[in-house]
Amino acid sequence: MVEDVPADRLASLEATAREIRREVIRMTCAAGGGHPGGSLSVTDLLTALVFHELRIDPADPARPERDRLVLSKGHAAPALYAALALRGYFPRSELATLRRLGSRLQGHVDRRKLPCIEASTGCLGQGIGMAVGMALDARLAGRANRVYAVLGDGECQAGPTWEALMAGGHYRLGNLVVILDRNGLETDGPTEAIMGIEPIADKFRAFRYHTVEIDGHDFRQILGAFAEARRTTDGPTAIVARTVKGKGVSFMEGQHSWHGKAPSKAEAARALEELGVPPEGTPP
Amino acid sequence: MTADRPKESLRDAYGATLVELGENDPKLVVLDADLSGSTRTVVFGKKFPDRFFNVGVMEPTMMTIAAGLALGGRTVFASTFAVFAAGQAYNAVRQSVGYNRANVKIVATHGGLLVGGDGGTHQIVEDIGLMRGLPGMTVIVPADAPTTRAAVRAVADRDGPAYVRLTRENLPTVTDGAFRLGTAPELRSGSDLTIVAVGALLARALDVADELARVGLSVRVLDFASVKPFDEAALLRAARETGAILVLEEHSVLTGVGALVASTTSESYPVPVRRVGVPDVFGESGEPWALLDRYGMSAERIRDEAWELLRARGKVQ
Repeated sequence: MVEDVPADRLASLEATAREIRREVIRMTCAAGGGHPGGSLSVTDLLTALVFHELRIDPADPARPERDRLVLSKGHAAPALYAALALRGYFPRSELATLRRLGSRLQGHVDRRKLPCIEASTGCLGQGIGMAVGMALDARLAGRANRVYAVLGDGECQAGPTWEALMAGGHYRLGNLVVILDRNGLETDGPTEAIMGIEPIADKFRAFRYHTVEIDGHDFRQILGAFAEARRTTDGPTAIVARTVKGKGVSFMEGQHSWHGKAPSKAEAARALEELGVPPEGTPP
Repeated sequence: MTADRPKESLRDAYGATLVELGENDPKLVVLDADLSGSTRTVVFGKKFPDRFFNVGVMEPTMMTIAAGLALGGRTVFASTFAVFAAGQAYNAVRQSVGYNRANVKIVATHGGLLVGGDGGTHQIVEDIGLMRGLPGMTVIVPADAPTTRAAVRAVADRDGPAYVRLTRENLPTVTDGAFRLGTAPELRSGSDLTIVAVGALLARALDVADELARVGLSVRVLDFASVKPFDEAALLRAARETGAILVLEEHSVLTGVGALVASTTSESYPVPVRRVGVPDVFGESGEPWALLDRYGMSAERIRDEAWELLRARGKVQ
């Protein structure tokens, strides 16, 4: 399952992910709001998708054959915005407008304002259904593109998530990949204390998904899971990616309180320092 | 009397029109949630099995899947009973269809009290209000089969989300089927009073208008099938020219067409408006047409309300 990734490619993905994490901190701090915890947990998964796995082209963003990415956990918008800006879909300077009046960067991703977003999401349990519809559409049209849906684990408490997963299994959508950002924490605390979703991998299997469990911060495992999903053509694949909420920032890691709270300027400075940005005033 | 006219199933009209649309548009797909026999999407499903998805009892997810299909450039129809389409699936309709501006046409059958025996759980009386409150949603309530055929074609031709509310009961043909979005056809001309009606109650409006005509009263009747967009010009013309408006709908008077007419006229040309519809209560099991009488939409009640308005205008003693 572990992909043999060249060292320079690995280093490049890791550097990009670090840059995205820095942007998540800057954006949420500037906005005074947003969801840093779940953005940081999903960053490596989104980095692997946007910079490696997806057949997409910023120069031809509406090409019908492009792969689709649906961020069902739409609150992780900052991480996706940063990834798409770094990939060249829109100017990086626009990231500073997150959540501001008139910005294309809504608090939850919005396809009508920002066309490189495939589906507007935010209210949970819906993105996965739209991804199923997109995968059916591709199959009907005879297009080879693939559809990737990124779910949150709190979202797995929502009934419609399972309705949609059931449909993906029933229709044997080999072009559908569901990726669970299993950071273990939701707004009010641990998922298992609030409303347990385990054994989650067994549930996916029971819903007819070829299911793989990985460390969602290890690019060799992430890329390995994607490769395995491509080889799985007779039905959908589920990737249970174990992650750490707030990953990369010590005081945010594993803290559910950082689900929907922005860092202060001082906290952001500390976070950025941990992410490799020298503190202000440091001589170059 | 409209009761003597031939009756036709709006649902059959819908199913047959879907097949015609499917023949002309090879990309059109249809979804249902285990009620395809009742909604008549089964007719499309038999003809085009590859483009028909019966997803089972998962109405919210029928809407999200429909949105995903539509975002790829398809026209998508999704059908179930109104209580599930507008009620059970509301937030999926709101976000996945409405907010995404997905090209999904929700054709909901079994709206209102005329569901009959299934009872209040299944008689949604607030769906028009829910759907017309959604930004960008087209809302149509046909009164007969010819308007159903035209309305289904009209929403298919127009990009964007739409909600069409159909009635379970067969209804007498009262229109010529010349439906157009945003227009309110004048089925009776008149100057003493206007009756604005939608759905099953349009026939009762025509009966009352004809009855009053026999005693020399001139009652205009507007078919308000196009609830959103609605014909504001025709409504305000009616207010100016007839001085009073009676609204008939098989829907809660709190949030339906009566509320729309009252708020629009009070802002732009205030005239007396009376609303005949379902009061602020749930329905119950019963014979469909008896339910309309029981819940305040009898021909007698409509006549009384018309007399009240005519009296207020000094047209009768």
